[in-house]
Amino acid sequence: MAIKKFMYLNRKASYGTAYAIESLEVVLIAAAFDQDVSLAFIDDGVYQIVEGQNTDGIGMKNFSKTFHALGDYDINKLYVSAESLEERGLTADDLMPLVYEDEDDDWEEKPSVKIVSNAELTKIMSDQDVCLSF
Amino acid sequence: MADILGAEVDEEGFLLNLKDWTKEIAIEMAKSDDIDLADENADLYHERWDVLNLLRDYFEEYQIAPAVRVLTKAVGKKLGKDKGSSKYLYTLFPYGPGKQGCKFAGLPKPTGCI
Repeated sequence: MAIKKFMYLNRKASYGTAYAIESLEVVLIAAAFDQDVSLAFIDDGVYQIVEGQNTDGIGMKNFSKTFHALGDYDINKLYVSAESLEERGLTADDLMPLVYEDEDDDWEEKPSVKIVSNAELTKIMSDQDVCLSF
Repeated sequence: MADILGAEVDEEGFLLNLKDWTKEIAIEMAKSDDIDLADENADLYHERWDVLNLLRDYFEEYQIAPAVRVLTKAVGKKLGKDKGSSKYLYTLFPYGPGKQGCKFAGLPKPTGCI
């Protein structure tokens, strides 16, 4: 089977709608098919990977922890829109330190999150076979 | 709705409320699959519990049940390289380490379990 490049665009915050968790579930399922998977966080989607989330008050599962598992699923390309971060007064330090272990480099831990400009993101997107927007 | 020791389970025997899990429930679930999780001297008793505890820890940390491939990697890392193979895990849980292991451990069915 030919490997295709899949990009999942995340544009909404985690808990107000089901988009974020649905996207994450599809990503995990897709990972089972050994495809080239990347994620993009744009607009309010950047809130999905903000550090220190607490869902006690709303009685929902805090699935932000699941993003830490993505490295083990060989998903290590998480692009974050620099403009979207800035519009929300966020910086790289506000995001979870998501990492993966590089098999080709003695399992060294490396960051999965990459902050890119919208122009760069456009270029990365045009390089994909499939883009799915959530 | 079916139940095991008073805890509700779905049609495949997975717990509906993960917080209901007790060791006794795991023992009871295993019994109906002809696996002895109660007797410390039973065959593979410690090996099975090592994996079940690892599954519970994994869920606690990541809020998901791992895919078999990911579980295999984690077992190899935490319990020893020789154990990080699907052959070994199938020896412990013949109906599938993902499906059967997660069920006994009180986890939901693994995401992406196909």
